[in-house]
Amino acid sequence: MVVIIDEKTRAIVQGITGAQGSFHTKLMLEYGTKIVAGVTPGKGGTKIYDLPVYDTVEEAQEKHSANASIIFVPAPFAADAALEALENGIKTIVIITEHIPIKDAVNVMAHAKKVGATIIGPNTPGIITPEKSKLGIMPAHIFKFGSIGIVSRSGTLTYEIAASLTRKNLGQSTCLGLGGDPITGLNFIDTLKMFEKDTQTKAVVLIGEIGGNLEELAAEYIMREKYPKPVIAFIAGRSAPPGKRMGHAGAIIMGKAGTAESKIEKFQSAGVKVAEKPGDVAELLAKLAI
Amino acid sequence: MKLFEYEAKNILTKYKIPTPNGGLATNLNQTRELTTKLKPPLAIKAQVLVAGRGKAGGILFANSTAEAEKAAEKLLKTQIKGIAVKSVWIEEKIQIKKELYFGITTDRFNQSYIVIASTVGGMEIEEIASKTPEKIIRFLINPHSGFHSFHARQIARKMGYAGNQLSELERIFEGLYRAGMDYDAELIEMNPLVETTDGKFVAADARIIVDDNALFRHQEYKNRLLEGESELTPQEAEAMKNDLAYVKLDGNIGVIGNGAGLVMATLDTIQYYGGKPANFLDIGGGAPAEKIATALKIVLSDPKVKALFVNILGGITRCDEVARGILEAKAKVGTTKPMVIRLVGTNEEEGKRILTEAHIHVLESMEEAAQRVVEISKYGGK
Repeated sequence: MVVIIDEKTRAIVQGITGAQGSFHTKLMLEYGTKIVAGVTPGKGGTKIYDLPVYDTVEEAQEKHSANASIIFVPAPFAADAALEALENGIKTIVIITEHIPIKDAVNVMAHAKKVGATIIGPNTPGIITPEKSKLGIMPAHIFKFGSIGIVSRSGTLTYEIAASLTRKNLGQSTCLGLGGDPITGLNFIDTLKMFEKDTQTKAVVLIGEIGGNLEELAAEYIMREKYPKPVIAFIAGRSAPPGKRMGHAGAIIMGKAGTAESKIEKFQSAGVKVAEKPGDVAELLAKLAI
Repeated sequence: MKLFEYEAKNILTKYKIPTPNGGLATNLNQTRELTTKLKPPLAIKAQVLVAGRGKAGGILFANSTAEAEKAAEKLLKTQIKGIAVKSVWIEEKIQIKKELYFGITTDRFNQSYIVIASTVGGMEIEEIASKTPEKIIRFLINPHSGFHSFHARQIARKMGYAGNQLSELERIFEGLYRAGMDYDAELIEMNPLVETTDGKFVAADARIIVDDNALFRHQEYKNRLLEGESELTPQEAEAMKNDLAYVKLDGNIGVIGNGAGLVMATLDTIQYYGGKPANFLDIGGGAPAEKIATALKIVLSDPKVKALFVNILGGITRCDEVARGILEAKAKVGTTKPMVIRLVGTNEEEGKRILTEAHIHVLESMEEAAQRVVEISKYGGK
């Protein structure tokens, strides 16, 4: 079993005709992901890579009954696209789009909770089960199938760490980006629960960064629940100044809240080893001898 | 985006939330006009976006019109923590019985907005929370139903108010929620919200941070930000115009990378090896050569930068585009500052070839490259 996506995943791409949407649809198809259709308002009736394009998710669903969607729609319209997917019964949604306003994201997450749907993102590289399927934009060649689960708030930093794991022959079960925004669908605790149930996953790498308290809450959860699988953490932003937004909308220290020190301290007191540099993650994992 | 106090107060006034009688002045004539209308004692407040403005001498008090004019004149000539004061807000001092706190911000874990209120106000909310945690009231707003008058009454009651005062707070709290939603505030707070000696409530200071990602819905503020009246450094303003995420830091190693997390980790690694980053700059995903050249120009325009570290892990960003951008910028800026380039990922071979032919050495490991650039920043390059 793998986390969230598997061979039965049938996905649509919202915003399939845009530059990013079409580019990554091609890469996902090449990787073996089952994409069944695309949606771009105004482009209904056309085709791209032999896939039918529809004006609405409703019509795509009438013909294809997809169970997942990946969204490449520009920020001002992305919340509308996500709500459209939710109202048409899609239960797994990956929102690649960045710069979605907080108010819109809050609205989308509230609707997703109501219907029991899973949202990955916004501002995420997506999710990949190496050598099987990906709903996302990550460069697939740096991943290798194996037993390490990765959950992260950052895209390229995940690639950096995944590539170093792959070089040391530490393959990955599933890699998932929560997204760099303040409001995201999944959080670290949700993902830790999924990795706990997944028999393929033997250890978890948790990549956090400054801002918010999702890492602290994850550390408390690991301690409280005596999380049964080993977790290695890396936190970006040790050198970040307070009050400055470090690229990601969510990466900001407000006053004294959300610092790297606070997160690292919490993890260490929960018995989680924290890597000092990205390259150290693979070494800490290798010591676990799993 | 942080709003100035005067902008925040003007928004509050629009939502019928009482603020002290006052107005904005950018010169002596406007100051005079205001001081003749307002009743002393007055407070004269520098409109700068720096934390700890009061302690830095940005707030002065005056007992007469003449004193107020002098104070305004003085402030308009000063700098607060290096930022020139372009305008002052002059307002009537209020008679304080008690200082309260009321604000609305986001709760990431619950994916919602949250009200934070306290019967202790006037200092940073984190300070209130650590000193008197028992006096903090938290109320999570249900995104489906929103924040209603009865929620406001419940909070006012918990703060110990009843009767007319409870009704007045209900109106103020509800107004602040509407203002926050209408202006896409990621933080909106009245701190302090003052209970006056005659039992009324006045928002003595207000802070609003508008969600940067929602600025397309609030063009007036976006324009103000781009037109320069902000806390941005020249490099930050230039980066914003070019859609690059840049943050000025106080070291001497210029940093460029792709992806916020990777750039943050790059800064940390430089620090780990004893170096000091001069900036954070994320070129984002899939940047073409021109954008990379612009990024280099911005970083190199900071005179404190002694060496440059470009750290690229190409996914959707292509290493050959990065290499071309580096050469383009080098040619245009004509810099002789040493550069350390780490380049791996998509089209890596082509990227390396382009740079090697131009006699720029390319490294593969981020750690090795960080160590190298720290050495150069300390002892000079070859």
